[in-house]
Amino acid sequence: MAEIILKSITKEYENGFQAVKGINLEIKDNEFVILVGPSGCGKSTTLRMIAGLEDISDGELFIDGEKVNDVAPQNRDIAMVFQNYALYPHMTVYQNIAYSLKIKKVPKDEIDKRVKEVAASLGLEDLLDRRPGQLSGGQKQRVAMGRAIIRKPKAFLMDEPLSNLDAKLRGQMRVEIADLYQRLNTTFIYVTHDQTEAMTLGTKIVVMKDGEIQQIDNPTNLFNYPENKFVAGFIGTPTMNFFDATIVEENGNLYLETQDGKITVTEAKETKLREGNWVGKKVVVGIRPEHVMLDDEAHCAFKGEVNVFELLGSNAIVYIDTAEGRIVMNTPHVKKHEHGEKIYLSVLEEKLHIFDPETERTITN
Amino acid sequence: MSTKKVKRKYKKRYDKLPTVLFFVLPALIPLIVFWIYPISRSIWLSFTNWDFMTPNYKIVGLRNYINLFKDIRFYEALTNTLIFTLGTLFPTIIIGLILALLLVKNFRGNGILKFILFSPWITPTVAISIVWTWIFKVDGGIANKILQLVGMAPYSWIDKSSSAMFSVILVTVWKSLGYAMIFYLSALEKVPGELYEAGALDGASSWRQFFDITLPSISPTTFFLTIITMVNSLQAYDQIQVLTQGGPAGSTKTLLYMYYQLGFQEFNMGKATAVAVVMIIITATLSLIQFKVGEKWVYY
Repeated sequence: MAEIILKSITKEYENGFQAVKGINLEIKDNEFVILVGPSGCGKSTTLRMIAGLEDISDGELFIDGEKVNDVAPQNRDIAMVFQNYALYPHMTVYQNIAYSLKIKKVPKDEIDKRVKEVAASLGLEDLLDRRPGQLSGGQKQRVAMGRAIIRKPKAFLMDEPLSNLDAKLRGQMRVEIADLYQRLNTTFIYVTHDQTEAMTLGTKIVVMKDGEIQQIDNPTNLFNYPENKFVAGFIGTPTMNFFDATIVEENGNLYLETQDGKITVTEAKETKLREGNWVGKKVVVGIRPEHVMLDDEAHCAFKGEVNVFELLGSNAIVYIDTAEGRIVMNTPHVKKHEHGEKIYLSVLEEKLHIFDPETERTITN
Repeated sequence: MSTKKVKRKYKKRYDKLPTVLFFVLPALIPLIVFWIYPISRSIWLSFTNWDFMTPNYKIVGLRNYINLFKDIRFYEALTNTLIFTLGTLFPTIIIGLILALLLVKNFRGNGILKFILFSPWITPTVAISIVWTWIFKVDGGIANKILQLVGMAPYSWIDKSSSAMFSVILVTVWKSLGYAMIFYLSALEKVPGELYEAGALDGASSWRQFFDITLPSISPTTFFLTIITMVNSLQAYDQIQVLTQGGPAGSTKTLLYMYYQLGFQEFNMGKATAVAVVMIIITATLSLIQFKVGEKWVYY
C-alpha cells in the first residue's frame, strides 16, 4: 500500500526528445490508476520512471513520502507486470514465482507455502513444474501476476499486460485483474492504450497525449465531462462525432447553427456561452454516437445518406455522410438502413459538448 | 492382415524412395567419400601392419591396440591431450565471454576492437604460429622484452618441457578467443532486456542477474562452444608442428601429433590408425557426456 506523488516529472532523452513533459499526479493509497493514451504519449515511460527502470530527467517522485528519484528499482518495493510477461524462460513456474523470495533469503518452507497460496489463488497449481515455453498466453500472464503478488509490494505496476492476448481472453483477464484488485486492496498503476480496459478497471484515469496529462478523473466524469476535444474523442466507442457550428441568437434564445439546421442549447450551456462571449462565433460541437437519433426533415439537425450499416445484435452502428462530414449513430433500433438511404438526424441537446476551436478546451462543462 | 494389404503397405513405404534419394544423395555422397569411407578404411587399417610405403600388409588383429596400450608414449600423449584440451577449453570460454560482456555495450571503437579480437581466428594457424615462434624467442623475442620491461627474468617459452605446453595453449586460446566472443556477442544481444528489468524489480543484484539470467539465457551458446572448442583442441596439429614439433621431450605431443609421427615418420600406419580410432572414441565419448550433462544446464 502506497501513496505515490509525481511532481513536475520530465523525461528527456539524449537527443532532446521529451517523452514526458513535467507531469503532476497524486496517486492515493489503494487507488487503481490507469494511464491511458495513444502510443507515444509517454504513459509507459511514466510507469517505468515510477518503477525506477528509467531515470527521471527532472522533477520529483515520492513513494510514501520518501523521495525516490535515485533509489534503485529493487529498493522501491514495487512489482511490475510486463507487456511480454518477462518470465525467466529457464525457470519453472514455481521458480519464477519464488525468485524474489529466494533472493531475499526467505526460508524454504515459507517460500513453498507462499508460492502454493499464490498459485492456488491464480489457478496455477497444476502448472508449477512447467517452463514458460510450455504455457499459453493467459497462463503466462497469470504467472507474471503471481510473481508480482508474492512479494506483497507497496504497489503493482502493469504495462499493457493484456495486449498480447486475444479478445476473449483479454475480457476474462480483465475481470481477473479487477478481482485481484479487490482482494489485494493495494495501489495499482496500469498502462493501456485500450480505453475499455481503462474505463472498466480504473478508479482514476489519467489521459495522456504527447507527454502531457490531458485530464485526470474517474471513468464516469471522464466520459460525461471531457475537458478537451482530445479526451472527448479518445474515450468512448465509437468515438464522439465532431462538427462545426455557429452560435446564433434568435428571439432571445441561443442555437447551434449547422449547415442543415439548428440545435437548441440547454439553459446551463446558454449561460456559459453568454458568459464566454461566444454568441456569433464558431465552435466545435461534439456528440456521442449513442446521443444521435432519427428525426423528421422539419426538426432535424443533419440531413445525410447512409454509408455503412453495422448490426451488432442488440444495437446497430450507422455511418452517415452529411454536409458536416461523417456522423456516426449508435442506435438500439436495429432496422436495416440501406446504403444511400436518405436519413434525418437530431441530437440530445443535454448531451452536447462544445469546444473552443482554437484551444480545443471545453466551453460548457 | 492379408498379403495384399502387407504388399500395399510395403509399396507405400518404398514408393517415395527415389524422391528421397534425389534430395539426400547430393549431401550423402561427399559424406560417404570424405568421411564414412576414410573412417571405415582407417578402422580396417588399424587391424593391419601396413607401413604406408609398400602395397602389401598383413592382418594382425588387435596387436596394434595391444602395443599401443603397452606403450608409455601413448599415455603421455593421452595426458598431454587432456591437459591441452582442458587448458584451452576453459580459458577460451571464460575469456571469450568476458570480452563479449565488455564489447556488448556500445562505445567508440567498439567495432574495430571486435575486428582485432576476431582476426586471429581467420588467420591461418600456421602463419600465426610462425609469428609466435618469433615472439617466444628467448633472445630478442617480444614476450621476453615485455617481461624485462616489467623487471622479470626472461622465460624459456617453448624451449623447456615445463613451459612449452603452456605456450602452445596460450597461442591456441589467443586464436580462438575472437571466435567464442563473436558467438557470445550474438547470444548476449538476444537476451530480452525485460528479463533484467524483471530481475532488478525482483531484487536481484547485477551479479545475481548475471548468474540467474545471463548465463542460463546463453547456455546453448556455451554448450555449442564447449563442443566445438573441445573438438578443435583434440584436432590441434598446426600450432604444435610449428611451435614445438611435439617437444621438448614429448611435452607437447598430443594424440594427433603421435598419430602423425607414427604414420609419417615411423611408417607404422597400423599403429597410427589405432591411435586415430582411439581418438574418435574419446571425442565421441566426451561429446556424448557433454550432451547428457547438457540436458541439465542448457535451456533452449
